[in-house]
Amino acid sequence: MTTYIPIADRDEELHDHPHSFITKWVFSQDHKVIAIQYGCTSIFVGLIALVLSGLMRLQLGYPDSFAFIDPADYYQFVTMHGMIMVVYLLTALFLGGFGNYLIPLQLGARDMVFPFLNMLSYWFFFISVLILLASFLVSGGPTGAGWTLYPPQAILRGTPGHDMGITLMLASLAVFIVAFTMGGLNYVTTVLQARTHGMTLMRMPLSIWGIFVATILGLFAFPALFVSAVMMVFDKIVGTSFFMPAILSLGEAVDHKGGSPILFQHLFWFFGHPEVYIVALPAFGLVSDVISTHARKNIFGYRMMVWAIVAIGALSFIVWAHHMYVSGMNPYFGFFFAFTTLVIAVPTAIKVYNWVLTLWQGNIRLTVPMLFAMGFIFTFVHGGLTGIFLGNVTIDLPLSDTYFVIAHFHMVMGVSPVLVLFASLYHWFPKMSGKMFNQTMAKVHFWGTFLGTYAIYLPMHYLGFLGVPRRYYSYGTTDFIPDSAQTLNANITNAAIFVGIIQMLFIINMVWSVFKGKKADPNPWEATTLEWQTPENPPGHGNWGSKLPVVYRWAYEYSVPGVKADFVPQTIPPEEVEMEEGAGPYIYRGEEEHA
Amino acid sequence: MGLFRILTEKPWLHSPQTPEGLTFEESQISGSPQKTALLFFMGVVFAVFGLFITAYFIRMELDDWRPMPESTLLWINTLVLFLASVVLQLTYNALNSDRANFVKLGLLAGALLTAAFVAGQYTVWQQMNGQGYLINSNPANAFFYVLTGIHALHLLGGLWVWTRAGIRVWTGTNPEKERLAVELCALYWHFLLLVWLVVFALLSYT
Amino acid sequence: MPFIVVIVLLVILTLAFHFLSPWWFTPIASNWGAIDTTIDITFWVTGFVFVAVNLFMAYAVYRFRYNKNRKAKYEPENKKLEMWLTGLTALGVASMLAPGLFVWADFVNVPEDAHEVEVIGQQWQWSYRYPGPDGILGAADSDKITPTNPFGMDIDDPAGRDDLLVNSQTMHLPLDRPVKILLRSKDVLHDYAVAQFRVKMDLVPGEVSYLWLTPTVAGTYDILCEEHCGVGHFIMRGKVVVEEESAYNNWLATLPNTAQLTAQLQGDAAQGQAFYAVCAACHGANGEGNIALNAPKLAGQEAWYTKRHIQYFKSGVRGATPGDTYGPQMAPMAATLATDAMVANVAAYIESMPSTPAEQTVTGDVANGGRLYQATCGYCHGADGSGVWAVNAPALSGMSDWYLVRQLQYFKSGVRGKNEGDEYGHQMTAMVTGLADDEVINDVVAYINTLR
Repeated sequence: MTTYIPIADRDEELHDHPHSFITKWVFSQDHKVIAIQYGCTSIFVGLIALVLSGLMRLQLGYPDSFAFIDPADYYQFVTMHGMIMVVYLLTALFLGGFGNYLIPLQLGARDMVFPFLNMLSYWFFFISVLILLASFLVSGGPTGAGWTLYPPQAILRGTPGHDMGITLMLASLAVFIVAFTMGGLNYVTTVLQARTHGMTLMRMPLSIWGIFVATILGLFAFPALFVSAVMMVFDKIVGTSFFMPAILSLGEAVDHKGGSPILFQHLFWFFGHPEVYIVALPAFGLVSDVISTHARKNIFGYRMMVWAIVAIGALSFIVWAHHMYVSGMNPYFGFFFAFTTLVIAVPTAIKVYNWVLTLWQGNIRLTVPMLFAMGFIFTFVHGGLTGIFLGNVTIDLPLSDTYFVIAHFHMVMGVSPVLVLFASLYHWFPKMSGKMFNQTMAKVHFWGTFLGTYAIYLPMHYLGFLGVPRRYYSYGTTDFIPDSAQTLNANITNAAIFVGIIQMLFIINMVWSVFKGKKADPNPWEATTLEWQTPENPPGHGNWGSKLPVVYRWAYEYSVPGVKADFVPQTIPPEEVEMEEGAGPYIYRGEEEHA
Repeated sequence: MGLFRILTEKPWLHSPQTPEGLTFEESQISGSPQKTALLFFMGVVFAVFGLFITAYFIRMELDDWRPMPESTLLWINTLVLFLASVVLQLTYNALNSDRANFVKLGLLAGALLTAAFVAGQYTVWQQMNGQGYLINSNPANAFFYVLTGIHALHLLGGLWVWTRAGIRVWTGTNPEKERLAVELCALYWHFLLLVWLVVFALLSYT
Repeated sequence: MPFIVVIVLLVILTLAFHFLSPWWFTPIASNWGAIDTTIDITFWVTGFVFVAVNLFMAYAVYRFRYNKNRKAKYEPENKKLEMWLTGLTALGVASMLAPGLFVWADFVNVPEDAHEVEVIGQQWQWSYRYPGPDGILGAADSDKITPTNPFGMDIDDPAGRDDLLVNSQTMHLPLDRPVKILLRSKDVLHDYAVAQFRVKMDLVPGEVSYLWLTPTVAGTYDILCEEHCGVGHFIMRGKVVVEEESAYNNWLATLPNTAQLTAQLQGDAAQGQAFYAVCAACHGANGEGNIALNAPKLAGQEAWYTKRHIQYFKSGVRGATPGDTYGPQMAPMAATLATDAMVANVAAYIESMPSTPAEQTVTGDVANGGRLYQATCGYCHGADGSGVWAVNAPALSGMSDWYLVRQLQYFKSGVRGKNEGDEYGHQMTAMVTGLADDEVINDVVAYINTLR
């Protein structure tokens, strides 16, 4: 065996141990603290977005009762809710939060490869959040252009926040992209070069695979958002005509000509579709680990799972125009993009099969994280299947821009990833805080969230079939929307308010448990991966004490025949594995197979 | 190590010691993390310019496009940036053959040439502005200013890499790190020269 | 255990909801039945997968629930099973994609014999153009738009001279004839969507997009904008009337061409002066209004608005609704203006009157009113309340404030704006929901009083 010193364990790479409060908790370079900072900030803005969605739902459910919500407010709520949830909550929490926490711990590194850059990444993210929130305070308020920010509308007078609001939004996104790039370079480099001894790429837990591929997607997709934001800022402020054609806006001719609004849409969705998978792939990875651990069984078809993640990642760059079937682009593109979009359904379906096949012949503990993971499978199957409707270009004709679209993407990239976030937060909370959360409260939280969200989104699909359009402040009278649709809408609002309130249980549970919770076992779920084998709980600075762990096997050694326990941590040397009586020595199944 | 072999190994089968399995070293990427990060960063920059250039081609097809006139100064600037790139490469070569004096000189010369390039680009802007080719008078102009501007910003961002290299060279305590820093500096400059050549060709021939 | 029961119940509930839902596709009124068929196929395939996967999951969780004396099976992968599942999934996906692509091929290839109609979108209204006898739509551009040329017609293009213009929100289509609908936008993105037709397409400023269909069922359907187009997106409504060929031709015959429309929109102020005498009795010789007679100020209002509303009074669109106390007085007065030309002339005369701001009678919280005005009213009526002809929004500032209060109350209670013939009134009824009560209405009008 050659002597190998992992990069993150070379003397000069280790930064000093922090001493003061400021260096330990504020300007910290420790990946675990940065992860928690990312987590808390993103959950905080996520709560703001949750309140916005509640207000929006009040207007939709009871259109004549809440006079303080005027049409401009409504469009601003819609826009900020969407953008915050997609970018500042989901992307930041999965990659900035879980990426930061798990990459070094699950790979056996002491920290990220560039801890200083990592700290900068968080503070840039923090600034981007401040800029975003500042738009609530400027004159005209935040932009109401919809989260897609389509020009010409986004920068013209007919849209709320067309002046300061949109400028701040674009500025905030640009800063976010800088933050993401700094973090992303770190994650990718750490995965490629700072794994501990024995941790080959195919021994990595699927969480890392998901986060790794999503980070690569982000690095190459966010530039498209950056480019379109830069060009739109120039159109807005300098008066160029990248996207702006000649227009008579509310009776006034604007000073642009010849630009192409569809060009913006292509750029936006070239970012926007990979963005879906930037959120989904980490969720796929995390949920795989949760399912395997709590089913006490190896993840079924590990290699297929890795390939599917890679394949989905690659395909996600050639499906973007399925968001634009009815955008007025050349309709012949529809053939190509419908084909690629439905091809992506195959690797996605394989992932679902492998999750449920992992359950088959498992030994399933229905713990809180497992409940959320099972809830995820249900909602993801539902949301994935409705995606086949929208991806099939023909069916998109009646359904695009209706409530069906809203219901679909909330199921598939709202509820599903959020259920994974909760599964993961509950799963890793004992490691992050060293405390156990309250089980009862968590179970109530699960049932409320799971059933509540389904009550919101299942009926919404049917309003979409009816043809009820999205982004309508109120419906007035039409010849095809019956009054019963309004009743249904009111019930959807009731469910949404219920789901919003029940999230407070989660916050209370987390805060209460951090301070008053029972001390947690270092490995309460009896998991195999490295983060559960740290010498301290929660892991201390540098994670591993004096000596880095050595990895002897893959991350899914559960219920191995002949072994006494139903799990074998990655770090235990083969000769120390305790065997059942008469089972003979622990062997690698490699030798068994070759024999 | 082929990516295919990495992705098809059966991780549950073998130990790192068994001859048929991959060893850990085989699945490692060689080179320094700094270099890996820089390569990925160049990929990101490549994506930024690639998307701008794609947008350029799409926008060019619309009928209000009026190409900008050529500027001789751009050729001179190109030569200056080329020299900067060459000088930094020579600096790196000198470092390997232990000609320490030339290293400091080379780094300084590289920075000066780069500054000259940026100043030259700014002069072209002023020329164009003076002749009435304003940023908002035609999309071709707008792309010209945006592409040259973003490129210049990336060069200025290179100052960070350059400063790191400078600190290593002047303190001179760790030759290995010194070599790496200068190597990355040269690499980044070559990359930005390449990007500039593509942008320049695009602006000149369309 | 409750988990398994819930999952099974959810599957049953989902299926029940699906089959019992009263919310379902509207009865189709076009040739695109194949779209509905594609959806049906997709439902069967995805429905099967939904039920199978979730029941399998529930069963697995039940059958393999935790037992500390049992061990899970160690099974890294099963190539054969995975291959089968991949193959079957690919097959299922193909069975949904193939019909979809065939229908799409129909959609992108417009039949040779389709006639053309142009739909024009703007914030937040529709208008339409028919090609006239030559069958060709003339050139038009948004930078040529003026109050008397609202379609931006290029008057030098001979092909456009016979184009028939619909300067209102209702279009007509003949039954059973394929139509290619060309889509043009004056300002931002919009989307032409009629639920009963199934097809929709965005309008893109600077380009002309299209869709085609054959209307198959006579009737009147709503046109909704389905691409977010600013704060008034939800009030952008039109109507399409599908009717027999003969009725359609009769309707076409009533449409003006460019020159006629311009003439209609242009009145002669000098000739209008004589007829104004009837109005002067109540509204005053200078159109200054008279609160005692409940006659609002007219001077300061542009001709297009006055003209439209005199016609509304004439035809009973306004003034005939129960609850409109003073409206009925206008009907006989308006009737004295017998022809459209007379109406246009009077309106032109009123526009030519010098306007001084009306006396202020309403007080309220100006700060609150200002916030509401700029967030709701200002988009159309202008930040300074001077009105914007391009969006059919009349002037508010300097007009009779007591009249504004009453009209806002009417819009809120549905006395005004609900009549079928009131083209743009429904936009007001939708916007005033943001005004909670009379006090808030006073606040807004008090703010309008500060706009001079």
